[in-house]
Amino acid sequence: MGDLLIQLEHASITLNQQSIVTDVSLSLNAGEIVTVIGPNGAGKTTLVRAILGLQRLTSGQIKRKPGLKVGYMPQKLHIDNTFPLTVARFLGLGGAKTGQIEQALAQSGVSHLLQSQIQAISGGELQRVLLARAVLRAPDILILDEPAQGVDLTGQTELYQRIRSLRDTLGCAVLMVSHDLHLVMASTDRVVCLNRHVCCSGLPEQVSHDPAYIALFGQAASQLAVYHHHHNHAHTIEGTIVETPPQAPLHTHGPHCHHAPAAPLHVTENTRNA
Amino acid sequence: MPEFLLYALAGGMGVALIAGPLGCFVVWRRMAYFGDTLAHSALMGISLGLLLNINLNLAIALICIIIAMTLFLLQRQQALATDTLLGILAHSSLSIGLVMVSLSGNLQVDLNAYLFGDLLAITAADLWMIWLVVLLASALLWACWRPLLTMSIHEELARVEGVRVDLYRAVLMLLFSCVIAVAMKIVGVLLITALMIIPAATARRLSATPEAMAINASAVGMLSVSLGLALSWYADTPAGPSVVLCSFALFIASGVKALAKT
Repeated sequence: MGDLLIQLEHASITLNQQSIVTDVSLSLNAGEIVTVIGPNGAGKTTLVRAILGLQRLTSGQIKRKPGLKVGYMPQKLHIDNTFPLTVARFLGLGGAKTGQIEQALAQSGVSHLLQSQIQAISGGELQRVLLARAVLRAPDILILDEPAQGVDLTGQTELYQRIRSLRDTLGCAVLMVSHDLHLVMASTDRVVCLNRHVCCSGLPEQVSHDPAYIALFGQAASQLAVYHHHHNHAHTIEGTIVETPPQAPLHTHGPHCHHAPAAPLHVTENTRNA
Repeated sequence: MPEFLLYALAGGMGVALIAGPLGCFVVWRRMAYFGDTLAHSALMGISLGLLLNINLNLAIALICIIIAMTLFLLQRQQALATDTLLGILAHSSLSIGLVMVSLSGNLQVDLNAYLFGDLLAITAADLWMIWLVVLLASALLWACWRPLLTMSIHEELARVEGVRVDLYRAVLMLLFSCVIAVAMKIVGVLLITALMIIPAATARRLSATPEAMAINASAVGMLSVSLGLALSWYADTPAGPSVVLCSFALFIASGVKALAKT
């Protein structure tokens, strides 16, 4: 992998005396797509806000590469109706020139929205406009909080393909938060499974077979998660089927994970308080 | 035209000019109650200025800035909702001001003039002060326009994109405080926010871009001042309320125009 862009070390966040995430260590490298998955209330959005610098850490530290340019696509964007604002102007405020704006909208397939009032466009269109704004900054890293929320299934597949191709053309890293398991898992390099702490992380293939993942999302999820990778066999060069034994998971465990078969089960102070 | 009327017109125009774009921020950022709170606290500034015998404009601006900073600090604690905090600050500072005025019994204070404005008592010195503040505030607003706009559209997006949100929030507070300090003489403590909100709301219906809205709001405000002064002159009505009444009439007219279009 490329340069280290952002490194989170033993980050914990407590809000209103409630621990939201505990002891999360995470590194993001240039050109890498990392997806944070986890159930509702797992602290995904809080973690992303901390990475963006919008949320202070209670303990631990975060290091960013100096001069790091971040393109951020928020989960929701409500623009007050009192704002007379066209899509073109909205994109221009990010610092882009007219030519670039037209190009970015064309790439997102929403050229016709250029002069529309931003409050008048649909949720799916707004999603594309927001992505265009993030991309126009020529970021080192794109950070997307639930990018596919409110987008229909076909749109979602397109969106993830577009994110992947953006990574290839811009050479930027991507950090996404999501709970659309199967689509995300298919288009990501690394998955971090979060439930207030890092349950497991690694390649999608490994994570989807991890007991912690299965415990969190249910048995069905591991079937649907990586649809292109759940074989239990391999092919020789002539096409003959060869049985392969299931591999031991190669992922790393968070310090408070108690699910790994090898790890002894013990309750720490931290879990008791949670 | 008598000289005092000319002074009133020139002063009112200046305030309306800067109240237009600032009013747009009040409308965009839903700060109407915030503006009211600063305006209420202006009375505390007046009584303090009278007691300590310092320049009233300066005293008002200082108190407004202190109240704005207090609010900012209280908001960060997130213990109470912003409107509750505003209510506490607005009415406490207003009451402090009124009690201070009554305790300093020997002061000759015409409360009415401060509450509702005394447009027709504007002096040449006042006029200089108003236009100086208006020009400085306009220059500052011009220089900070883009980050202010970006931050008003979406604060977190602006922050991630490198806008120093806290700094520009402070700039906005400073602008409000200064403008309230000079506008107080024109429309009075109780009606200052009207001069910001009503023209901006009227301009919203006439504008397709934020800049157009800001300029239209200034124009609507200036028209309101002219009409209001004329009304006050011919019908012998109080100047401040007449100006606000005219801006309200323009707001209604713009609504009728918008309805006719659809």
